[in-house]
Amino acid sequence: MAEKSNETRRPVVVVDGVHIIYKVFASGRRATKGASVGSRKFSRRLGLREVHAVKGLTFTVYEGESIGIIGSNGSGKSSLMRAIAGLSPIQGGAVYASAKPALLGVGAVLLPNLSGEKNILLGGLAMGFARKEMVENTDAITKFAGLEDFIELPMRTYSSGMSARLRFAIAASRDHEILIIDEALAVGDQEFRNRSEARMREMRDNAGTVFLVSHSMKSILDTCTRVIWIEKGELIMDGEPQAVVDAYNKHTGSTTID
Amino acid sequence: MSLADYARQNGLKRIGARPALLDYIAEAWKRRDFAYTMSLYNSQAANARNRLGRWWVVLVPTITALVYGLIFGVLLGSSRPANYIPFLFTGVFLYSFISTTFGSGAGAVTGNLGLVRSLSFPRMLLPIQATIQQIFALLPQLVLLLLTWVVFGMPITWNWLLLVPIVILMILFSTGLALISARLTVHIQDLTKLIPFLVRIVFYVSGIFFNMEKVLRNYPTALAIEKYNPIYIYVSLARATGITGYTMTPFMWYAAVAWAFGTLAVGIVFFWKAEELYGREE
Repeated sequence: MAEKSNETRRPVVVVDGVHIIYKVFASGRRATKGASVGSRKFSRRLGLREVHAVKGLTFTVYEGESIGIIGSNGSGKSSLMRAIAGLSPIQGGAVYASAKPALLGVGAVLLPNLSGEKNILLGGLAMGFARKEMVENTDAITKFAGLEDFIELPMRTYSSGMSARLRFAIAASRDHEILIIDEALAVGDQEFRNRSEARMREMRDNAGTVFLVSHSMKSILDTCTRVIWIEKGELIMDGEPQAVVDAYNKHTGSTTID
Repeated sequence: MSLADYARQNGLKRIGARPALLDYIAEAWKRRDFAYTMSLYNSQAANARNRLGRWWVVLVPTITALVYGLIFGVLLGSSRPANYIPFLFTGVFLYSFISTTFGSGAGAVTGNLGLVRSLSFPRMLLPIQATIQQIFALLPQLVLLLLTWVVFGMPITWNWLLLVPIVILMILFSTGLALISARLTVHIQDLTKLIPFLVRIVFYVSGIFFNMEKVLRNYPTALAIEKYNPIYIYVSLARATGITGYTMTPFMWYAAVAWAFGTLAVGIVFFWKAEELYGREE
């Protein structure tokens, strides 16, 4: 699809100084010190708290790269991914991309009351595919997800692993120029993980760009050509997978690679 | 060279930027199959959970109308409007469509956050989908309504065909309402608690179960204002097509058309203006 330039690599995603701030109604007992009793009561109720999840991140991703995103829980990885996919608003900076990125997250339930089969069709239609195309692919998607026996059941009856597998299968049924996978594989079993990693490499080879958020350093090392390490919304390291993963492991104090 | 210029030079587009209004509508139109299929599946799933299934679609408004008929029919006594049962059923059925569409529009974005956060598509399709779902429920209700007209001795005339444009105008008007309520609840979640009261108030002031001209005959100002009440207009037009003793004026048609397209246009623009905000964490 996209032609390879000889002189410079073609950028696919440019993340330019992105800030993400959540305004959350905190309901906890975080009483302000030194305030009078009355005002404390009030501020507890209307405790609007700002969470600065991503603090001015900047990086550029080039064609054919697959990027691993690592960092501890709450470091801003998922927020950043949703911003790249255009699914959650950003408060500063901008994200530019050559195509609309497709995001595959772990928390996402499509339509829980509808069967897996209907979710396949609706997911595809929402992504802008033709009905005919999705109907033709339904069997292949079901098979890829390994859900042949359950595809008629409502999605709310699925285990988290089953629904994650189905969502991955829907999203991966077509080549995306940019695909973001946010820990969606963590819940799958080993066999499914191997199958989906193979599919990700295939997409990358078809000039697609893949972002993979994962806590499995093995998955990261197996599929990514570049790794970005984020901590507390800031970029810590960006470079060769082995080097970044080694530094991250040293930081977290873990010795195994999985 | 700044990163933004670099990105633009390489043909990259800003992600998350709200598309121009016409592009937005075109994009939504391209995915109309999604809205239609989703509403179809949703109504099937909603019906499948109850034993009487799809019969509830007509049972609920019928029971509502009967309850109101019983209570207000007795209360109003001799000041009941002429042909009370057809009059009441027309009001209750049409109003239940407008109010449930408004109410389900309110949950269209906030109730589908899973979908909003995992797939990107014009969010406008969600309130529209909620409206289509109500249209599926409206069609059997209209059949039942015409049956009551026949049963209560209303003559069948060509005038009944005028119901088609009236219902279409009412659907356009309600779609606008659904778009407006969909965005409002995204900003103010508390609004869902107030909607039942709003629906009740409008029910009482729109002449659903009483004859506006009779009740307000001593209040000319109030009656003059009511002439512009869109719900009163749609219900009155529908009554005038088939129930003996009710008439329509050209003004009612102008107002019905203006309200339909005006509300729809306001709804689309109002909803589109906040497109970037849907699906945020709160």
